[in-house]
Order: sequence, then structure tokens, then C-alpha cells
Amino acid sequence: MVSARSVSVGPSSLSYTDLPWIIQHREDRCTLCGHCTAVCPKEAIYLAYRRQRMPKLDVLKKSRGNEYRTFVGIRQKTTMANACIGCSMCTMVCPNEAIMPVPNTNEHRTLFFHNQKGQPQTRGGRRNVSGPNLLDRIMFNRISMLTDPALDAGRHEFNLTTTLGRTLAPEEFLKRQREGGWIPPTREIFPFVIGSMSFGALSPNMWLGLLQGVAYCNEVLGIPVVMCTGEGGCPPWVLKSPYLKYIVLQIASGYFGWDEIIRAIPDMQCDPAAIEIKYGQGAKPGDGGLLMWFKVSKLIARLRGVPEGVDLPSPPVHQTLYSIEESVMKMIQTMSTAFGHKVPVYPKISASTSAKSVLNNLVRNPYAGGLLIDGIDGGTGAAYNVSMDATGHPIASNVRECYLDLVAQGKQNEIPIFAAGGIGKNGNVTQNGMALIMLGASGVHIGKYIMQSVAGCLGNEKSRCNVCNVGICPKGITSQNPKLYRRLDPDLVAERVSEVFMSISTEAKKIMAPLGRSQSLPVGMSDALGISDKDAADRLGIKYVC
Amino acid sequence: MCRLALKTANEPFSPYEVLTAMEAMKEGYDGSGLGLLLRGLRFDCFKYNSSHPVLSGIAHSEDAWKRLNTIMEQRGYELIHDHKFVTETSLIEAKDRYRYFLRVYKMPADFEQKSEVEIENELMLTRLFLRANGEENGNDLTAFSFWPDVAIIKEVGWPLEIGEALALYDNRLTSRVCMAQGRQNTNYGINLYACHPFFIQGIATMTNGENTAFVPIRDWLLGQHFPGYTGYQSDSEVFAHILHYTLKQLKLPLQAYKHIITPLNNAELSKHPQGAFLKGLRNACRRLIIDGPNAVIGTLPDETCLLVMDQKKMRPATVGGRDGAWAMASEMCGVAAMIPDRDPSLDFQPMREHTIIVPPDRKELTIWSQLDPYPLAQVA
Repeated sequence: MVSARSVSVGPSSLSYTDLPWIIQHREDRCTLCGHCTAVCPKEAIYLAYRRQRMPKLDVLKKSRGNEYRTFVGIRQKTTMANACIGCSMCTMVCPNEAIMPVPNTNEHRTLFFHNQKGQPQTRGGRRNVSGPNLLDRIMFNRISMLTDPALDAGRHEFNLTTTLGRTLAPEEFLKRQREGGWIPPTREIFPFVIGSMSFGALSPNMWLGLLQGVAYCNEVLGIPVVMCTGEGGCPPWVLKSPYLKYIVLQIASGYFGWDEIIRAIPDMQCDPAAIEIKYGQGAKPGDGGLLMWFKVSKLIARLRGVPEGVDLPSPPVHQTLYSIEESVMKMIQTMSTAFGHKVPVYPKISASTSAKSVLNNLVRNPYAGGLLIDGIDGGTGAAYNVSMDATGHPIASNVRECYLDLVAQGKQNEIPIFAAGGIGKNGNVTQNGMALIMLGASGVHIGKYIMQSVAGCLGNEKSRCNVCNVGICPKGITSQNPKLYRRLDPDLVAERVSEVFMSISTEAKKIMAPLGRSQSLPVGMSDALGISDKDAADRLGIKYVC
Repeated sequence: MCRLALKTANEPFSPYEVLTAMEAMKEGYDGSGLGLLLRGLRFDCFKYNSSHPVLSGIAHSEDAWKRLNTIMEQRGYELIHDHKFVTETSLIEAKDRYRYFLRVYKMPADFEQKSEVEIENELMLTRLFLRANGEENGNDLTAFSFWPDVAIIKEVGWPLEIGEALALYDNRLTSRVCMAQGRQNTNYGINLYACHPFFIQGIATMTNGENTAFVPIRDWLLGQHFPGYTGYQSDSEVFAHILHYTLKQLKLPLQAYKHIITPLNNAELSKHPQGAFLKGLRNACRRLIIDGPNAVIGTLPDETCLLVMDQKKMRPATVGGRDGAWAMASEMCGVAAMIPDRDPSLDFQPMREHTIIVPPDRKELTIWSQLDPYPLAQVA
């Protein structure tokens, strides 16, 4: 055994097998083209020169010695800053299939070193818990068998829209109609909304692709999809375009981007779909938005009215003189007034055991147009790992108890509840969404699923990629670096958006048809749901089946 | 699938006529029950004043029968006629039927000071009190209706057999309007209250097919905390309550019913002269949009009869007749059985947008389309 001093090892020293991803490189195939090292977002691999000693023994001459051969190859760095994230971009660009990252099936040591320089782990993505979640396990089991002719998902007409905005009680509607009173604005939208991802978190190409796709869904396919901006505003050309009606503008605690929006109001050709006031986010309750300096490019700086290259953390709460209730009430009323009381305004909160009190507050606020509840499995562009993994509340029971609270008051859907957070986490986007709708949501917001399905986001819940926060997105989805985002063709993103929503629309019909539903979205149709988990069934008030 | 038959005629007729129509339509259903609603009553041995409320139901034991009498007395109602059915119990499947009752009461004297709404509520609350009393005592007392000029009979079994068991052919009880529905086997269990027609404050409906939007609608109606919005042993009961809600609570014209249960779509509303109002009404009443039943047949206190189809209109119902007598049925053969002497070429099967009305004068059909202008003046 050699002495310890001869081995370069420190407390944070790691070897390949300590890393979550191990690069497998085949020297016999490598052409040394350098594509892989150039494309790697983490600079996790490098071209290395190595010397190999070749002992030489000439028996006849009774001499011995060495010869040396030099060779080159790709090597993996083992520092935390350069640990491979498994994005496989190296594999994608390799002309010879010489390289690929392989998941380390053993436990890996990096878990203990994500706190270099005293900085806890921050990342993008969502709660890193994989496997089927509760929504995946819900079955639609109230099949119309005896009493009604079955519906044909392919041929019958289905009404798949939902209402965004406050609905008055019928008596109150008629009273205001008679007296010429204000009828709160509503929108008929597709119940799967592209959730708030900011122009800043997303690259310009991703954003453009989404908007193109949404416009195509509305204008060509007749699927009234809307998308939400997230905090940080919206490019001025969009604000003044007829596409604004497909956009939900978000205002959050940093108020970023709202100078541009307010200035654009006189020039708007149409009203936005809605205004979302973000009070909380499922992925990181208690945190405001965070756009790290890597992503504050010239364009983003201009939109947000800030200097380039600075961190943009939004405060955890909105500024308030007196209380959060006062702030919620005043902001909703102010935003409603700013848009002439013609645009629904609703808050977004983190799912929480206190969600019901927010809801009941809104029921009494005549200007509130809905409530979006974002569960613990929601995604984010940047947050502390501990916030994402451990803070928050699952969406299903939270939505259900809020809905039942409204039912007890006879006010269900007057304030439509929208649900977000983990819908489509395992790909079952329509099933997850429809389950939440039958539990009482009027619609759902999907963000991460959209990134994954329309732009090929590589992130998963086993720590793959998850680098949205540092602007090195290998697919160019969440980067402001032109070298990266040029990889993403907006036209192809738009095409995928339309494919995804056509598919969700068909799947929704395939779920509704056997339940005998076609005339309206089955909001609160909890009699159609079953789950093979007695506790969950009891908690949600649905059938236990086995 | 349930079978529905309604006949309305200027001259009172025996409910047995409608039962024969049920027999004509017997193919395709399980005959698990019968519900009958009669309006415009005539008793052969009693001159009935149609302003007196009639209590109908079943006492399943002598004890229940005594309690019934006590309760009605305590609430101040005076019995003025007790119609006794000639009952052949061997033809009835159930064995706990002590007495089917149809009793005419005189309202308490202090009702003269009450408003119409107060009286209507009191009648409904009395029925609900009797029902609750029965439920508290092992379901030994069933109260179907307590309303002027309305009688309801419900029983488990084949419709014609029930008619024979109660000797409905004997013309001792006739009416100008008769609604009948066959089948009690719902998705929610066999229960006497689950049989159509459903009745609330003078408004009655019956339906064939399954209302798959039942649970959200029921939840919303329960949330209104109106005492009559209760029961829900059948997914079709909500249709009667929605009609009641439309006419009595919202005080909307009858045309609004169809706009509430099966609203027009956006494209149709954008062309409609009152599209903006109707869109608002659809939003406000979105929770009452029905899904799945095929025909809803209803009657109102003034003997107006109506027929509407679900939006899908998978099993068209038919209306036909002549001046003075009209029939509505879930199957064409049912109409033919009830009014054989009509011109069948004038039979009408409503489309998804239609509301068929047979007005109290019974001269001709009125067909309203949702695409027609909506009588806004009545809303304002």
C-alpha cells in the first residue's frame, strides 16, 4: 500500500462511480472531432492526452527498457461544478456513436456535495420524486353501460371548454342583467392551459414557438388554448398584436415587465385572456420568482427595465401596507380596473392547508375571477432544492377540499379553481388533468409537461439535466444564450404544440365518452373516479376499488 | 331504458289508457316499476274542488297510517275525501303495503292570510315532513305529492299489473293529464322515490336515459339549501328541480328551460339575436347543463305539457294527437296506443333545439326553437 500522501484525495474528491452519470467513451470509434466536448453544457468532458508505458524486453540483447505510446481520448471531470447531468448532447452530436452518459445505478456521492462554498443546491425542474403519483392511479370507472347509448368519441360532438372568470349566481346574473349592472368578464378556454413560464425563464425561440402554436390551435384547429406569461412581461410586439387574447399576463411580486405592459395598454388591439397575480408557486412556496444573472440578457433587461447581468429575485410577498388580504383585494381590483373590468383577474397560490381561507376571501371579492392552486409537484426555472423537494402540498386533496367547500356554499365554479403542479409528470397529462377536473378543478395548468413534450426538455425527476436556472439548457429551451437557443426551431415547437393539444383533445373525449359525458366538461363528477387506495379514496371522497 | 307516456285531453280519461300504452312499449325495458301522475282530477263519487290539495302516497303499516292522520291534523288540514283504491295485493310484488292513499284536504283557515308563495312552501314542507317521518320509521310511510289537483302513484313491478292491482280501469279516478313512466331500477338502487315522475310544487318531469351529469348538478342544487331540493334517489330527479328553479326561483319563462339544460354552442349563440344574454345565462347556469337523458317530458300546474330532447337526441321521443287530445311518448307506438284516431303523418319528433308545448287549451302544438328570438321582455 502506498502512503496516503502520494494519492491526491480530499474530502470532496470524487471518482467516476461517485457521479450520477458516467461517461462511456469508446476510443476505437472516436474520431476526435471534438463535437462532444464543444456541445457539453457542463464542460464535463475534455479531450485528454495520455501516455502509456510499454515495457520492452529484448532477451537476445539482454536489454530491457520502455517505450512510450501517446494516445488521446475523452475523459470526464469529477468536480461538482462539472459533473455530468446526463443530457446526452454528446451522444446526439457524435458522428460515430462513440460516447454516451450512463446512469450510475449505485447511490452516488454528489448528493452530499451540493453545498460547495456554503451554497445549497439550486436547480430547475421539480420535486425529484419519481414513479406513479396519486393522479396516475385514479381510474375513470363509472362507465355508462345499461341506461344510455354509449357515446362515440370520434363522431359525437363534445364540448371541451371551460370558463375562466367569475360566474355569477343565476339570480344575481339576472338581477344585474335587468339593472344594467356589471357582468364579470369570462373566457371560454381549453381546460389545459400552458402554465406560467416567463419570457426570461424561456428562450425567445421557445416563447415564440409556443405563441405560434397557441395561435394555430385557436385559429386553425379551433382549440381555444391560452398560455400564461409568468412574471417578466411580454415583448411589446405581442402586447400590441391580436395574439394578446391568447395570453394570460402574470404580475408577481417583482412587478417585472409591467412598465411595458401598462405603457402598451392604449395600443392594445384586444384584451389579454386574463391577468394572473402570483402570490405563490407550488415548486417553491414562500419564494418569489428568481431569474439568475446568467439569463438576464440585453432583451430581458429591456423588457424588465433592469440592468443586464444581475440576479433578479422577486420578493416572497407582494408589497402591502396592512395585510396580505388587503393586498390581494386591492391588487385584484386595481388590475381589473386597469383593463376596464373586461379581463378576468385571478390569483395563483401555492397549494397549502390554508388555501381554503384564500378561496373564501375570493368568494367575497366581486372582482376575483378564479383561483389557481399550484401543487408541490409544480416546476420552476430556479429554486432551492429543499424548496422543490420538501415544501408545499400535493394538489389533489387541496383542490378537492376547496371544491367541496364551495359545494357546501352552493358556489362551485362561481370562482373557478384551476389546478397545477405535476400534471403529466409521468406523461399521463390528459388522465391527470381530467382526474383533477372530476375532483372539482375547472381546468389545469401544465408547464413542465409542455417543455418536455413540445421542445424535448430532458429534465426528469431523477436529477437529469435540471439546469434551467443557469442558462445552459442543452436544448435551448430555457437559455438566453443565442448559441443555445438557436438550436430550437420555433416552427417545430409550434408544430408540436398543435400536436400535443390535438392529442389531449382526443384523449379527453376518449375519457368522457364512456362516462356518457359530452355536453359540458365533467367538473366535479367525482362519482366517475376510483382508486385502489382506501386512504386516498376516503380523503378525496371517491370510490375505493380493487 | 325507461319508457315514458303522457296523455293530455280535454275530457278526463282513465289512467289505464296510458298503462296500455306502456304495455305497447314494453319491449326493451325491464318493467321494474311504474310511476303515474294525474292532473285535472275527477272522482266518480266526489265533486272535487281543484283548489284543495291532494295527498298521495303509501302507508306501509297501520302505525304509519295513524301517524299520517295525526300529523295532518296537527298541521291543521281537514280531510274532506279519502279515495280508497280497490286493492288486489296478490298482484303487487312488495308485501309491506298497508294502504295506498289519495286524500283530499281542506287547507287550514289561517292560510287565507298567507301569500301564494307561503302556501306553496307550506304544502311542500308538509310533504317533506311526512317523508322524513317515514324515513325515520324504517321507511313505513311514503309521500309522493301534496298539491292541488295532482295525484301520484308509484310502485315496483309491471305497469299493467300494478294498474290491475289498484283497479285503475274502474273509472273511479280519471284525469285530463296523465304521465306514466316504467322502470324503477336505476343506477342508484331500487327505491319507490326513485321512480319518475318527479314532483315539486306543482311541477313534474319524467325522463328516459341516464343523466351522467347528475352528481355535479345534485351537488349544486343541494348547495342552494332549498328544502324541496332533496331526495335524489334517481339521477333524473334533478330535471324537475331545474325546471322548478327556472320557473319559480329565477322566474324565467318556460323557453329558458331548454337554454339552461342544453345551451346553444358558441357558434350558434354568436348568430342568435339575444346571444349575449344567452351566453351569460349559460355561464351562470353552467352547473345545470344536463348530459345523457333522451327525452324530458313535463307538466305544469296549468296543465301545460312539454317535451324536450337532450342535446344528443339519441332516442327521439314523439308527440302526436289532434285538437283536444295529445300524447307524448318515448316510442312512436306509445303515441299510437294512446291516440289511435290521429293523423300519424303529423306526428313530430323534436330536434335538439326544440321545446314542444301542448298548451292548456290543447288545440295545437307549439314548437319553440332555441334558435328563435328569446322573449327578453319577460326577463327584464
